[in-house]
Amino acid sequence: MTTGATTTTGMKLSVSGLNSYYGPAHILFDVGLEVGAGEVVALLGRNGAGKSTTFRSIVGLVAERRGRILFEGEDVSALPTHEIVRRGLGYVPEDRRIFTELTVEENFLVGRQPPRAGAPTWTPEKLYALFPNLGEMRSRLGGRMSGGEQQMLTIGRTLMGNPSLVLLDEPSEGLAPKIVEQMADAILAMKREGLSIVLSEQNLHFARLISDRAYIIEKGRIRFSGSMAELEANPEVRDAYLAV
Amino acid sequence: MEFLVVQFLTGLASAASLFLVASGLSIIFGVTRIVNFAHGAFYMLGAYLAYTLTERLEGAFGFWGGLVLAGLAVAALGALLEIVLLRRIYRAPELFQLLATFGVTLMVQDLVVVIWGPEDLVGRRAPGLRGAVEVFGQMVPSYDLFLIALGPVVLGLLWLVFKRTRWGVLVRAATQDRDMVAALGVNQKWLFTSVFALGVFLAGLGGALQIPRDAVSHAMDLRVIVEVFVVVVIGGLGSVFGAFVAAIVVSELNAFGILVMPKISLVLVFLVMAAVLVVRPWGLFGKPEGPARQAPGVSIRPWRPFSPGERIAVAAGVALAALLPLVAGDYALTVGSEIIIFALFAASLHFLMTVGGLASFGHAAYFGLGAYGAAFAAKAAGLPMEAALLAGPLLGLAGAALFGWFCVRLSGVYFAMLTLAFAQITWSVAFQWVEVTGGDNGILGVWPSPWAAGPRGFYWLALAVSAAGIAALRVLVFSPFGYGLRATRDSVLRAEAIGIDRGRVQWTAFVIAGTFAGVAGALFAFLKGSVFPENLAIPTSVDGLVMVLLGGIETVSGAVVGALVYKALAIWLMSQTELSKLVLGAVIVVLVVAFPKGIVGSVEELRARRNRSEPNGAAFGAAKMEAAE
Amino acid sequence: MTRLLEVQGLAKSYGGVHAVRGVSFGLAAGEILALIGPNGAGKSTCFNMLNGQIRPDTGTIRLEGRDTTGMRPRAVWRLGVGRTFQITATFASMTVRENVQVALLSHAHQLSVFHRFAGRSHAGEAEALLDLVGMRADAERPCGELAYGDLKRLELAIALANRPKLLLMDEPTAGMAPKERVELMRLTAAIAREQRIGVLFTEHDMDVVFEHADRVMVLNRGQLIAEGSPEAVRRDAQVRAIYLGEGLVYDARHREGRAA
Repeated sequence: MTTGATTTTGMKLSVSGLNSYYGPAHILFDVGLEVGAGEVVALLGRNGAGKSTTFRSIVGLVAERRGRILFEGEDVSALPTHEIVRRGLGYVPEDRRIFTELTVEENFLVGRQPPRAGAPTWTPEKLYALFPNLGEMRSRLGGRMSGGEQQMLTIGRTLMGNPSLVLLDEPSEGLAPKIVEQMADAILAMKREGLSIVLSEQNLHFARLISDRAYIIEKGRIRFSGSMAELEANPEVRDAYLAV
Repeated sequence: MEFLVVQFLTGLASAASLFLVASGLSIIFGVTRIVNFAHGAFYMLGAYLAYTLTERLEGAFGFWGGLVLAGLAVAALGALLEIVLLRRIYRAPELFQLLATFGVTLMVQDLVVVIWGPEDLVGRRAPGLRGAVEVFGQMVPSYDLFLIALGPVVLGLLWLVFKRTRWGVLVRAATQDRDMVAALGVNQKWLFTSVFALGVFLAGLGGALQIPRDAVSHAMDLRVIVEVFVVVVIGGLGSVFGAFVAAIVVSELNAFGILVMPKISLVLVFLVMAAVLVVRPWGLFGKPEGPARQAPGVSIRPWRPFSPGERIAVAAGVALAALLPLVAGDYALTVGSEIIIFALFAASLHFLMTVGGLASFGHAAYFGLGAYGAAFAAKAAGLPMEAALLAGPLLGLAGAALFGWFCVRLSGVYFAMLTLAFAQITWSVAFQWVEVTGGDNGILGVWPSPWAAGPRGFYWLALAVSAAGIAALRVLVFSPFGYGLRATRDSVLRAEAIGIDRGRVQWTAFVIAGTFAGVAGALFAFLKGSVFPENLAIPTSVDGLVMVLLGGIETVSGAVVGALVYKALAIWLMSQTELSKLVLGAVIVVLVVAFPKGIVGSVEELRARRNRSEPNGAAFGAAKMEAAE
Repeated sequence: MTRLLEVQGLAKSYGGVHAVRGVSFGLAAGEILALIGPNGAGKSTCFNMLNGQIRPDTGTIRLEGRDTTGMRPRAVWRLGVGRTFQITATFASMTVRENVQVALLSHAHQLSVFHRFAGRSHAGEAEALLDLVGMRADAERPCGELAYGDLKRLELAIALANRPKLLLMDEPTAGMAPKERVELMRLTAAIAREQRIGVLFTEHDMDVVFEHADRVMVLNRGQLIAEGSPEAVRRDAQVRAIYLGEGLVYDARHREGRAA
């Protein structure tokens, strides 16, 4: 039950043989995953399984890593983080990490990149339409916002870079159930814009609402890959790695 | 009255330059989280370069152009330093960054003397501003009025840059979370380099602007950096506006302190700084730091007391050292005594830094206080050596108790800067208060009792006292108090939540470390037969830091090994080269960049690697890493 | 009979903004009470006031009838209030056993002892506590290499070292896999019931809340808007509108009545 598909043609993102290290510790073991254009893929696993490390490795925030990372057909694994991001691979970190001393507008300004062919172009106005709450607090400091608003801000900030694919690390973590539902709507709206999305999650209920396919990662290895329906139909996998 | 106004204006004029340097330091710290010790060196380079350029270039344009060019040249040097050195140590503990930039300072001190010579240089007066303006019947130099106007102008320009430009917004964003800025597609490396260049430009310009007022000398770097540390501690590290206000406060205190207490004017600044720290530990306009980066000394391998085998080995080592007088000559024994004394000094600093997680940059203060205490006891009170050796450390204890009470309110770089400032104040009292301390001439004739007067007798005395002291410190590490201290180092939050009084525990550790340093200082006074202000100066503090680092910051007793190796090397080096600061500075930089675990740390690492049976390395790493995100 | 914890009219504001206002509730020994609500509703402020990290503007906190309002965390701890943190806080440079020993030494007022090897103090008691949370086998391991779930259990053992009457747990299961969450909460509940410890916890995982809490309080904009049994709170229209939503993102079992 490892990664199934091996073709890379037409794939937005194709990761193979990814190994990451943290000091002497080996964290990721031959991780592979693929994301097609316009697809929403969930990376599921418990805390410490390697979800965040996978994302951080893809965008070059892990210093020691080996493996092939093809983004839009080109290997980006040797590039520094900002170069990878400038090619249209957006990253939304766990814990939001918004700039608390900057206003909503200034947060957006930091994320701003030139428009890019083949990717939806975002403006602050368009983002205020996607997240109406933010439109009412354009000059509020990031630190004075609620958790849900901050989560919207961090996503919006990444979208300002006009990415064609976004890595969303635990977008539902620590949010009220009602806000999580709003988040699901926003992610589906982003998908309709043509974005490809990979999200890491522990909340299977939430992942189920929005994902086309899923990978399960455990102890740094991909243990399952398949459609959401296949995952639902496979209770022993679910119970071993995820469910109660 | 009129005189006071003029004195006030002089203070304001001095504040301009201080503000430029301090704001540069603050801006650099804001983004890179590095307290750039070399900032004083850049200030000094700015002054020297401005001197040379204004001498070479003609006319008014030559003068003003020369000042700006000097600032730009210093900025270029700063950018080079950032690219070559700092980029390698951004992730290192604060202590290492301070040390590395201090190493650069040392190198620059020797280089400046090589290039410009040891004499003070007097620069040109500013064209068009040579005269003076009458204010309330008193003459105020026009150049001072120019400087008074310049301060607010620079403040306004900096505000505009940070609020109104995208670069400024990026810098403010990076101040909070540099990795996130990179993850949004910003080239973080060049952002850092440009910030560093701007900060250093301000330092260089600050130095250049001083040449019409002050002679250029190779000691101006340390003088200004201590003032700047005081300014940022009062104003709040990272706040440009705080630097502006505090620069004025400090400059005015200096201007009027001379009138009130001409002998010990720095004490006034100290009192104000202390008052600010009690009310606002993070300065007037600073913000409380988040939880500090990993404190020094946190090791993944839990510490253990010596095994019986190791105990025998250590005892054998001490016994062997005790036999040295049977084979070594007088000179070797004197050198040996000095090395052993510094082993105790290093061990006391190590206790504070590694066990307590508090990296002091002014530990020499307590060493020096111990030395002066012993000298006072022997000379002024006429006590015999044995009694003076007991009395001396009491002064170290008293100093540590007083200064430590303020210092332990802070942590991380604030703690380091404050300890440095206190040490410098102690130094200036020793230097300025000639009636009591003899000032620059020191106190001479501090001789041991007859039985310890010979090199051999004193060697045994030093060995016995130091070995006992180091053993006592080691017992402390594994005592309940030591556990409590390590607990506060590992997690203040958790320590407070299980009833540990962080402040009291750390203050106690500070006093213990200061007392043991005082014991070493008292011994040192009798070894040399004299005491000088340099015994408590910055270089002595840094010697201690390098010993700890060389030995291994994550070890229980590595400092002893570090002291032996470093002191022996330093004594040998002094006899070999004129440019000892240059060599020492380079050694520090290399040590920090290439050898951060130190000698004992590296040995332990090797041993652990050989013994390891792969204990869930990956799983633990993963958990740690994910948790760290 | 006075309850273990009695909170009356607790309020705190920052710069004119009310973070918490007029919060009153009680907690009995052995009871498990959940505090839920949207981010920024004031849960953390509430928590930090209870253990003394923040001083309330008005209101009183009584522990077994004794007023603890405004006391320092250290003093509150001495009266028998244990705490775990949202992000685990342990002593990374020590072994698992030493982590618990430090807490025991502190509880016994022995941290001012300057000689004597502390590695042997209270060793048996420390191991008993580790046994309780199922970590006795890990006693000699460096704390720094523990997995996240184990750190959470170690924190629980540390928090139990002063024989607390009240345990405050801030998002005790955040960052854990669902299976580990259930195990940790079952363990906590068993210990609480057996030792008659009152537990107050905040949590975002509704599965955990509805499964383990005896009672649930909902905080919104600094005020308690609902309080009662899990079933009652779940059915509360206001709570659904403000916090719970349609129930799409927590376990179906908890949506209508408790099936399991």
